[in-house]
Amino acid sequence: MLRTLTHHPVARRAAAALATLFGVAVFVFVLLRAIPGDQITAALGTEAAALTPAQRSDLEAYYGIDQPLVLQFFSWLGNLLTGNLGYSTRSHESVLELTLRSLPVTFELALLAILIALLIGIPLGMLSASRPDSPRDAAGQLVGLAGLSIPAFLLATTLLSVLASNFGFNPNGQAFAPLFEDPVLNLQQLLLPSLVLGFGIAAPIMRTTRTAVLEVRSNDFVRTARAKGVGARRLQVRHVLGNALVPIVTMVGLQFGYLLGGAVVVEQVFSVPGIGRQVLLGIQQKDYALVQSTVLVIAAAFVLVNLLTDLAYRLIDPRVRAA
Amino acid sequence: MTDLTRTAPIAVPATRRAGRLRAVLRSPSGVVGLVLVGLLTVAGLLSFTGLLPYDPVAQDPPNRLLSPSGEHLFGTDQFGRDVFSRVAAGVGSSVLISVVAVTLATVVGTLGGLVAGFFRGFTDTAIGGLTNVLFAFPPLLLALALASVFDRNWFTVAVAIAVVYAPIFVRVTRGPVLSLREIEYVKAATSTGQGRLSILFRHVLPNIGSIVIVQVTLSLSWAVLTEASLSFLGLGTPPPAASLGSMIFDARTLVEIAPWTMIAPGVAVVLLVVGLNLLGDGLRDALDPRNRGGRAR
Repeated sequence: MLRTLTHHPVARRAAAALATLFGVAVFVFVLLRAIPGDQITAALGTEAAALTPAQRSDLEAYYGIDQPLVLQFFSWLGNLLTGNLGYSTRSHESVLELTLRSLPVTFELALLAILIALLIGIPLGMLSASRPDSPRDAAGQLVGLAGLSIPAFLLATTLLSVLASNFGFNPNGQAFAPLFEDPVLNLQQLLLPSLVLGFGIAAPIMRTTRTAVLEVRSNDFVRTARAKGVGARRLQVRHVLGNALVPIVTMVGLQFGYLLGGAVVVEQVFSVPGIGRQVLLGIQQKDYALVQSTVLVIAAAFVLVNLLTDLAYRLIDPRVRAA
Repeated sequence: MTDLTRTAPIAVPATRRAGRLRAVLRSPSGVVGLVLVGLLTVAGLLSFTGLLPYDPVAQDPPNRLLSPSGEHLFGTDQFGRDVFSRVAAGVGSSVLISVVAVTLATVVGTLGGLVAGFFRGFTDTAIGGLTNVLFAFPPLLLALALASVFDRNWFTVAVAIAVVYAPIFVRVTRGPVLSLREIEYVKAATSTGQGRLSILFRHVLPNIGSIVIVQVTLSLSWAVLTEASLSFLGLGTPPPAASLGSMIFDARTLVEIAPWTMIAPGVAVVLLVVGLNLLGDGLRDALDPRNRGGRAR
């Protein structure tokens, strides 16, 4: 019974994901210990030099940094597992509270961006594939190239300044409105950020769709379906797109990393209080407890998404399920 | 899964390699890419030779925010610095950082992939584990975290970017190496008693060359984007050195009165990335016809 469980592919994937997360925790911990200075100098700045040895050792005991590194690591890990992500020295709030407020914002932003990317990328990819090497294809590919080549920060700053100065459209100038308090303003404020992010990932989705559709279309079953008299639209959507979904879903999953990284930039430009901005603020203010736990939360979210992507194509593709 | 679907590329004699180079030059995207990258690199190199019209960091307050003219091709910025010279210097530092970063990533990542795929066992597990850990971070976030730890200068920025992209080289080389070690001539070399390292470098490495080359061009375009994003966020090469990302950041508030301060560096970074992407597409079509279409970044 245990044997079948440990050999179940889903269980093995989950175990591998857990092992990776442990590695991520070690990596983040070591990385932040490599920074010159410690919590005391970070909190007190140059005044730290004026501390007497007794005050200093008291503070070290208070922060727990007088303990051996291994012990510090496991106490941090133990705290994480019980939901204690540490305390932000700058904003005087627990990192958990900050994260619970910022994570849903980024999650909403990511969902909107993926939606926009799919709405642009899939039709464009199908259009390109419908007549390869035609002007139509070239136009599609050009949009794809633009999406891959225009940096998110450039598109974001340009959109923001052009729309704000020429059309007076600047919902992000107001205080951020949470989704459940003012949904209309909230969506207005997330419109531009998710457009910028969505445009960036529409490009790889477009390219994947184009390749996958071309590949699927060359299969015998498509010819058979056409010979049986299946309508053009039904053929495109059900037979071709349906079979091209596996690589598209994989690509969406892969782009999630870009999305979380791009969120740092876009949230910063549009002043959206998401998790990316939280990391950046932490870095700028040298609030290491905040950075350490937030980076870990983001990595955990990314690993989880990759795991879910894996499981998703087991649902979409019966061949993977059988294997 | 990749082990099964990726068949090993066959070794290419020198004459056919030259033919493939011509194939890059025949593809329109390859040519456009080569021209763009070439022109920008030359402009960037100017900044290292002191041949720029103005010193990119020299301030000249009386002449600030001048619009483009014969004297200042792209105008001047809020400190009176010549925007053309700054853009050229920014392209230069961007190319320098990206090339150094991708070179480091290529050498370390390819070696890692070779060793992991060829020796299997514990080495493979260890390298695979580290790769997985690095892949668990969104690329830009990892670069940000690393850049914030180091004492910043252009080289540490390059190292931060290299750490982000090295795992990709491990991934793309390990699979083909796995299948190559089962190929007859590699087995034959083993049975004649050749050392494992010499087999690795003489028989295996040359056969993954085209995969690595394509990956290098694609990684260069991501490295340019990552470097620009880092400096936009204030974590790139520290000021006053010119950097495309920080120039765009500074131009945000000036765009209404001096749009050239944003347009010039913006167009430069886009053209550089477009050029690298086109060159990468051309190379991929010429070297590796199986691997078309979408990719991760």
